[in-house]
Amino acid sequence: MITASATKVITGNHAVSYGVLLSRVQVISAYPITPQTQVVELLSEFVASGKMAARFITVESEHSAMAACIGAASVGARTFTATSSQGLALMHEMLHWASGARLPIVMANINRALAPPWSIWTDQTDSLAQRDTGWMQIYVETSQEALDSIILGFKVSERVLLPTMVVLDAFLLSHTAEPVEIYDQGRVDEFLPPFSAPYRLKPGVPQALGGLADPGVYFEFRVKLQEAMEKAREAILEEGKRFAKLFGRFYGLVQEEFMEDAEMVIVTAGAMAGTARAAVRELRNEGRKVGLVRIRVFRPFPFVELRQILGGRKKVAVLDRNLSLGHHGIFYEEVKSALYPMAARPLVVGYVLGLGGRDVRPEDIQAIVDDLEMREEAPEIVWWGVKR
Amino acid sequence: MRTGTLLWAGLEVPQEEYLHPGHLACQGCGAALAMRLVLKAVGGDVMVVLPACCWTIIDGPFPYHALRVPLLHTAFETAAAAAAGVKAGLEVLGDTRTQVIAWAGDGGTFDIGLQALSGAAERNEDILYICYDNEAYMNTGIQRSSATPLGAWTTTTPEAHPEDRPKKDLMAIMAAHRIPYAATATVAFPDDLIRKARKAKGIRGTRLLHILAPCPPGWRMESERMIKVSRLAVATGAFPLFEVEEGTRYTLTYRPAGLPLKEYLKLQGRFAHLTEDQIAVLEKQVEARWKELLELHARTHGTVEDIPVVPFGG
Repeated sequence: MITASATKVITGNHAVSYGVLLSRVQVISAYPITPQTQVVELLSEFVASGKMAARFITVESEHSAMAACIGAASVGARTFTATSSQGLALMHEMLHWASGARLPIVMANINRALAPPWSIWTDQTDSLAQRDTGWMQIYVETSQEALDSIILGFKVSERVLLPTMVVLDAFLLSHTAEPVEIYDQGRVDEFLPPFSAPYRLKPGVPQALGGLADPGVYFEFRVKLQEAMEKAREAILEEGKRFAKLFGRFYGLVQEEFMEDAEMVIVTAGAMAGTARAAVRELRNEGRKVGLVRIRVFRPFPFVELRQILGGRKKVAVLDRNLSLGHHGIFYEEVKSALYPMAARPLVVGYVLGLGGRDVRPEDIQAIVDDLEMREEAPEIVWWGVKR
Repeated sequence: MRTGTLLWAGLEVPQEEYLHPGHLACQGCGAALAMRLVLKAVGGDVMVVLPACCWTIIDGPFPYHALRVPLLHTAFETAAAAAAGVKAGLEVLGDTRTQVIAWAGDGGTFDIGLQALSGAAERNEDILYICYDNEAYMNTGIQRSSATPLGAWTTTTPEAHPEDRPKKDLMAIMAAHRIPYAATATVAFPDDLIRKARKAKGIRGTRLLHILAPCPPGWRMESERMIKVSRLAVATGAFPLFEVEEGTRYTLTYRPAGLPLKEYLKLQGRFAHLTEDQIAVLEKQVEARWKELLELHARTHGTVEDIPVVPFGG
């Protein structure tokens, strides 16, 4: 048990493991995949050494990992898994099952490009392709935020009874070491008490969970899921404020910086926000009115916040390290749909860049701002950094 | 509700019922009877994990539930993994007593759920896995599975091209995992089924019961013939009853009564198209299987003389 707060230089993956330790997870079920393996290796050590009073089920696939989490969560245990890319895709069926069964499972997904061709590098398409599965999705920028989002994830999930996916970029976050504050257990326990499931399968109580729902009842179950997602917005903000009081760090649905008087805005998510911040800071030093918005929570989608923040601006560049084939970058689609009901909308341009882990440098983002400044209308996709 | 026990075939059988009337099984459903008998044997301190199968329907639609024990519905291929999760969850919450039963059909066991079952068995998860085998995908309308026997008609192995591969040997696969206990049973020998289920209950680790559960609509037979066909499956040697302990110690429950296989086949419309030559092929296959099993029994017990002949009253 960690009795005093300490700062360690650890990778994003290990930050996730420490978040799981501090959350007193009871059942872990996971299957190895690069670049997630360090998460479960450290958790295995925590469990083997007795540091965690948990069962670690070393399943034979990600599909079974999620199935085992679902089984354990159905009887009221706090459960966790971690995966990436192909593994997340294999889990897809059970992602729907976890949310439909209203189980507050928390998972870390390390963003990695999907094959073929094989790639182990960062790309958000794996997690964004799961956007309709009923999981809350949190895109983190730092290792500290990864640790904090695991704890916050359980807090919010157990309040609204929906699962949470905490998403980290492969290598840029998962394998990059940075200082992370690891809180003392007592304070985390104060924030996150043991899980007391309001609905669970109980020995001796003859109830069935998940049985056949005919067209007379299925619809209402879906509406309740959407209502839970709506409640999650408020829960994320309220628990974020409580967390900030105890630990000194606030996380909301979106993070805005350099926005006062900003005419052009960069919108992005994940580790790329750090690169964008460096670029925007440089542009601000040059006197250009550029702002930065990082979408932290992708589900539930922050419609209200984005309208408030982006309304009245001239131009918005959405940077997508992902692609919905036959459509656009996925954050671009979603930002546009959020802004559509507004009478005066900014010009929104979608840039697809960095797929499969291709490097995105501050100079790229500065050049994107120059490109955005020239544009009077938005093409379908602006490809950035593609070799022709 | 009746309580207490009934002494029957030398076994104390609880009168308590865990299967409510009003369930949605077809007339003469082997799977419904299998559930009734297993729960009688194991008792009420259980949780059932149920993947997609006939029992998904038999248990009744929301908000109905035909069993007097808790039940978790789960996806088709996940019975063993979800059951392992339930067991782990109960244990970390301090409940080491509740038996977790994964209850799957042959499709969910032999086919789509085999990977998860292999994983759970290899890890020796403390679950009682029950496969009720009706030898095809009955819930979706009689499509062949890898448990469908050679020569059988199904809607995906029509008469012009009936099933051309032998039934997958699930017991050999499970034995290869060296799980503590695996046994076959049928609903037509309830004393044997109850004895095996109780034995399984008393063992920790992965235990598997492979229960032949005939399906009157799927096997193309009258519902009142279900028990008779189950008995003939054993009496003719088509479905041998045996136990495997630790993957190596084989004990045959009965030896066949020497009845021709035809007696079993002729009651079922799914075999009606077979010619005499084709039946001869099936007979050879059954004989070969028996030879293997007798050798495995002899290797364990040093003799085959101790195997009783199946008590078959016709």
